[in-house]
Amino acid sequence: MEIQPIMSEDTEKQQAVSPLQHEENQSSVKMSGKNVNVFYGEKQALFDINLDITANSVTSLIGPSGCGKSTFLRCLNRMNDVIDICKVEGDIHLDGEDIYDDHLDVVELRARVGMVFQKPNPFPKSIYDNVAYGPRIHGLVQTEPDLDNLVESSLQKAGLWDEVKNRLQDAGTGLSGGQQQRLCIARAIATKPDVILMDEPCSALDPIATATIEELIDELRANYTIVIVTHSMQQAARVSQRTAFFHLGKVIEEGQTTQIFTNPQNEKTQDYITGRFG
Amino acid sequence: MTTEHIVRSYEDELANLDRQIALMGGLTEKLVGQAADALHYKDVDLAKSTISSDAKIDELEIEIEEQAVTMIARRQPMALDLRQIIAAVKITSDLERIGDLGKNIAKRTLSIHSEKQPNQLMHGMKNMQELALTQLKNVLDAYAERDTQKALQVWRADEEIDAIYNSLFRELLTYMMEDPRNISLCTHLLFCAKNLERIGDHTTNIAETVHYFVLGTTITQERPKGDQTTQMVADKL
Repeated sequence: MEIQPIMSEDTEKQQAVSPLQHEENQSSVKMSGKNVNVFYGEKQALFDINLDITANSVTSLIGPSGCGKSTFLRCLNRMNDVIDICKVEGDIHLDGEDIYDDHLDVVELRARVGMVFQKPNPFPKSIYDNVAYGPRIHGLVQTEPDLDNLVESSLQKAGLWDEVKNRLQDAGTGLSGGQQQRLCIARAIATKPDVILMDEPCSALDPIATATIEELIDELRANYTIVIVTHSMQQAARVSQRTAFFHLGKVIEEGQTTQIFTNPQNEKTQDYITGRFG
Repeated sequence: MTTEHIVRSYEDELANLDRQIALMGGLTEKLVGQAADALHYKDVDLAKSTISSDAKIDELEIEIEEQAVTMIARRQPMALDLRQIIAAVKITSDLERIGDLGKNIAKRTLSIHSEKQPNQLMHGMKNMQELALTQLKNVLDAYAERDTQKALQVWRADEEIDAIYNSLFRELLTYMMEDPRNISLCTHLLFCAKNLERIGDHTTNIAETVHYFVLGTTITQERPKGDQTTQMVADKL
């Protein structure tokens, strides 16, 4: 009988994957949307969206104004519930669990799926209370020292601690725009979410503050799953691993960010990202 | 045909990039053609003017590179546009090398124009020059027309240039062995043949670049390579 080598050439080749592919192979789906249709009254805003959000990675949603990217983002933590005329159909799952299930606690969902908005919107409270607010109402900590620790670690993760540690009782609204946005990220992190949704988090910030937030997003993806809506194609290309292009309420193309921005398969995607229509 | 950019000046810049490549390609084609003629007809004047015409090609390379860098900085190009700009930089670099190789043939013409050149040898040389020129012309057309099929044809046809090179190599060695007085002429001709073979290689590089620019993918097949001279020795001929 012929003796087979332990590792054939083929298996060696298969194992020699690039770090990027490796990352891709390891990826698991954190959230998924299946046949999602959204209506504002009579008007349909999203048509049969099927999109998986990969865990511990940044997914960017791009597309022209009114294409439905923010609407989809808001479906992921049921923010659309607060709009009376808005109706969501289809399935959206978080870790395999239907988030539109009648028995699901929406408040708890929003703690697990945090959100950061376009304009920094700190509460008119101190820096400390801005971060402590979520953990307090969700009863995440029992003692004052535990709360202090949580506030500190959240501010640290948001890259803001060193700038505010000596003035935690100052008003959150007194910080600069970029600091306020990082405070909002710290506030979202404090409730220990799995997923962070960001709706154009840098559109009101200058380039330096934007770079700080982008650096932060890159660090955060080790521990969180991030979905970001952005009008800046360059930002999507810089911060995300996956990109979905929305147009007129549909996902036209979705894939690895590197591929979407160098070799998109759909002509509409190409026209949009190269500035041929908008 | 793709839709036009919303920003008209961006569209103009990309069109201008194409025009510059066409201009540089045309000049390179002309230079190689003239270098070939100068060698074939022992035309010293033509050889000299060919040598001086390379400067314009070098100048264009720098111009196109600067334009590409400016566009990357100002437009932050994506997808097809990004590939076009990267392709422009790569193609100009290949064209510049082709210009240098052509110039080198013209320089050698100045050294050997007074020597008697064996007819049969020069016939093979002429064939190789014509083939290299056709390949260059075709690849520039493939770029202008965004024609990947034509680019692939060029890419495959390089094998023919290699085949002529192999037989010229043999012939030149034979002449050198026959009479050592041939060595000076034959060495120069060998370099001329090698230059043409290299021009063929740069032409296939351009074909690969055109393929990448248009389709966004690299040619994955193994290119047929025909240059066997690396293993040839005189006593085995």
